[in-house]
Amino acid sequence: MQWDIVIGLEIHVQLATRTKIFSGSSTAYGAEPNTQANAVDLAMPGMLPVPNENAFRYAVMFGLATNAEIGRRSVFERKNYFYPDLPKGYQTTQLAEPIVGPGYVDIDLADGSSKRVRIHHAHLEEDAGKSLHEDYHGMTGIDLNRAGTPLIEVVTEPDMNSAEEAVAFAKKLHSLVTSLGICDGDMSQGSMRFDVNISLKPKGSGELGTRTETKNLNSFRFMEQAIAHEVERQMDILEDGGEIVQETRLYNGDRDESRSMRTKEEANDYRYFPCPDLLPVEIDDAFIEDARARLPELPDERKARFRDQYSLNDYDAGVLSGDARLAAFFEETVQHGKDAKLAANWIQGEFSARLNAEEKTVADSPISGAQLGALVVRIADNTVSSAGAKKVFEALWIGENTDVDAIIEEKGLKQVSDTGALEAMVDEVLSSMPEQVEQYKNEDNPKKRKKMLGGFMGPLMKASKGQGNPKLFNEILLKKLEG
Amino acid sequence: MHNKSVAELSRELESGKVSSVELTQQFLDRIKREDGKFNSFITVSDQQALAEAKAADEMRAAGKATPWTGVPFAHKDIFCTNGIRTSCGSKMLDNFVPPYDSTVAASFRAAGAVCLGKTNMDEFAMGSSNESSFYGPVTNPWGLASGDKRVPGGSSGGSAAAVAARLVPAATGTDTGGSIRQPAALCGITGLKPTYGRVSRYGMIAFASSLDQGGPMARTAEDAALMMNVMAGHDPKDSTCIDRAVPDYTATLNEPLKGLKIGLPKEYFSDQLSPAMEEQVRNAIGEYEKLGATVKEVSLPNAKLAIAAYYVIAPAEASANLSRFDGVRYGYRCEDPKDLLDMYTRTRAEGFGNEVKRRILVGTYALSAGYFDAYYLKAQKVRRLIQQDFINAFQEVDVLMSPVTPSPAFRQGEKNTDPVSMYLEDVFTIAINLAGIPAMSVPAGFVDGLPVGLQIIGDYFSEARLLNAAHQFQQVTDWHQRDPK
Repeated sequence: MQWDIVIGLEIHVQLATRTKIFSGSSTAYGAEPNTQANAVDLAMPGMLPVPNENAFRYAVMFGLATNAEIGRRSVFERKNYFYPDLPKGYQTTQLAEPIVGPGYVDIDLADGSSKRVRIHHAHLEEDAGKSLHEDYHGMTGIDLNRAGTPLIEVVTEPDMNSAEEAVAFAKKLHSLVTSLGICDGDMSQGSMRFDVNISLKPKGSGELGTRTETKNLNSFRFMEQAIAHEVERQMDILEDGGEIVQETRLYNGDRDESRSMRTKEEANDYRYFPCPDLLPVEIDDAFIEDARARLPELPDERKARFRDQYSLNDYDAGVLSGDARLAAFFEETVQHGKDAKLAANWIQGEFSARLNAEEKTVADSPISGAQLGALVVRIADNTVSSAGAKKVFEALWIGENTDVDAIIEEKGLKQVSDTGALEAMVDEVLSSMPEQVEQYKNEDNPKKRKKMLGGFMGPLMKASKGQGNPKLFNEILLKKLEG
Repeated sequence: MHNKSVAELSRELESGKVSSVELTQQFLDRIKREDGKFNSFITVSDQQALAEAKAADEMRAAGKATPWTGVPFAHKDIFCTNGIRTSCGSKMLDNFVPPYDSTVAASFRAAGAVCLGKTNMDEFAMGSSNESSFYGPVTNPWGLASGDKRVPGGSSGGSAAAVAARLVPAATGTDTGGSIRQPAALCGITGLKPTYGRVSRYGMIAFASSLDQGGPMARTAEDAALMMNVMAGHDPKDSTCIDRAVPDYTATLNEPLKGLKIGLPKEYFSDQLSPAMEEQVRNAIGEYEKLGATVKEVSLPNAKLAIAAYYVIAPAEASANLSRFDGVRYGYRCEDPKDLLDMYTRTRAEGFGNEVKRRILVGTYALSAGYFDAYYLKAQKVRRLIQQDFINAFQEVDVLMSPVTPSPAFRQGEKNTDPVSMYLEDVFTIAINLAGIPAMSVPAGFVDGLPVGLQIIGDYFSEARLLNAAHQFQQVTDWHQRDPK
């Protein structure tokens, strides 16, 4: 049987506020356990929450960037359950009156088409702490540094029909929140976490099947694998005539397996009710307009601008505009390097490959856009060959030197572009290869002639100790052989 | 000295006739000598008190004294006090020493007041008799002379008994459904529950967040006004605390009452009220007429729904507020838990008393899927109706007057096996918390040698007017001066 895959996502986005959503503790990642948890975060007796205005601002910015209605009255509720890393015994979150109402995001697909994914709502809430089950000799360690970190939970409609679409949406959302500057986007630190709701239905059927939720996926790759895994699992069950159990599942990316965490019957009754310690927050026009004024250029706008301003093709414009920091790096490179196409090629080629190989992000790049731009200038004006340029790039990357021209000088990578000297070398090489010259002249097929021309380049580069400008060699050769 | 009011002690200190250290020592000695009969204190912090008294004397010598500098008082053991055990009347917090002050405690500290200790209370402020305390019941100073051990009311029963027994001139209390006014009435002292949001709840251990409000308990309205001058005000650490100018509550105490329009809610003079009680209350209202006030009957048609609504909303909030007492981070933890579930269940089973467990169960039930609409949402709707009743009444009159309790102090053990009869103790006080308005209890007579309270209820932020009305009454009566001895 043919099946339709139906996917909806719930995405937790950690907001990049300096302090927590209801207390003044720092949200910085990586501190010693429990050093960034104050009496409010620890839920000491008598402690009360005080809302962080910036968390509201960021949520409103997200709503504006996703074409959403802003909830004018924002109400926090208590979601009650016991867990050691949940200090109050309830999570302060939103349910009936969230800050961001229905909106949408358009995603680009590999076949060049685009698709609209609707967002049901996004709400503000506090993160829990962490339970550390290793290293405590059979006991569990509790780290409350993360407790109270502001999150928005983005809930989509079940509008995606493949892993590709779900990943495209996730990447688009990542691009949006990092461009907005409301999330650092660092998935390895849990800044974005995905829950995936999946169901199958017979192809073309109007009725949704029973869904499962796979929780806490923290990379695009795991998300893609988890979806493939779950689709296959459900398909096997359905094709054997079985039924899908509505449940929450955990996916282990390292082993590509999943297990049931709890079924619907085992689900907690969270006993939501409005938090009496927090009054409803009224969001007024002035606050929304202030948030709107803070909106930076969004990825879609940036992509269009890259196409127009730098004459990039759709693909290059898409790749370079998606990540705010990569886009800024590109623009800095162009600013110093002039040649946008060359800059785009180097960033997507050598630069990205190097970052990936070392598992670094643009923010960790040891070289600046200005340095890469300076290199682009030297490639464009033929000072260095592309092979030479790679050596310069390497020297910049490992920090041998910070100045492109100094590296070229030091390493003797400057191309010889003195036509007199080059011509002399061409004459010498051609006179040493009379047979090949004869063959070339007798060949009528232009393709073969082109290939034979390449046969002279090796000896020429050798004669010039690799420093001859290949483009000029080519021109001189043609002049001598054809002329 | 122990018979003097805060205002009088303040003058004594100012005149230099006594130092704060001397005064503090006298009161500490008196507590040591007398409190065995009442059990009104959970913790007497004599070391800290004497240190504070010394600092207060220095503050005065430096010319920086406030009316409170060097005056002894006590905190209900629900207000967190930096470095002093704060138990909330529970085994759960028997070992809990907060590393911070509640805003109320910090305000008294800043004013130079000397805290002698922490007063007994119903566990987590849940009770109307002070019998649910882990530290044992408090005995009302009234009735003891005739050999009767009567309850002081609750939950601020320790504060009420300590003030009535002259162990302290004043103490803080909290009122969620009557917990300041009812014990004030049963112990013959003056208590005020302020408007919700007038006094910060920061560091005040929560029972029901939308109803809890701290307030003063003292012998006179003047002293209550002096306490309000310290306690009231905006606190950025409490999002429900209202940013509104605080008057000097002592400045208007002597305003004449001529023309004051008093409303008597007919629902509060029902057959639940004993004829003897009603007579005392009506006599007190007669005094107001002599002072130039006019009296008319008004109606609070939804008042009869208050207890039912309260016993949904308050336990619902409490069920979440008390979830933090899980044995993980502080407070009581059971011995040798075998796993997480065992730790949770035994910690809470062993750490909480019966009344607290009862309310957690009720609240959890009311919030459960399938019951939420019928209980919690319905109760919230009733709450709005009750609030509207008071708003309507204050279109017609300036204040409302009623009894505080249906009967005087009952005997220990009389009601603590019947939760519903205990809950009915608050039949005249609970609607005020649901509406969020202020109300006072003022000593207004005796029945069978036991004090009777007059409740004066005002519109939002009318604390100054209530204190004025109480003070004027206390200028022409001496019920508040009666000594249980």
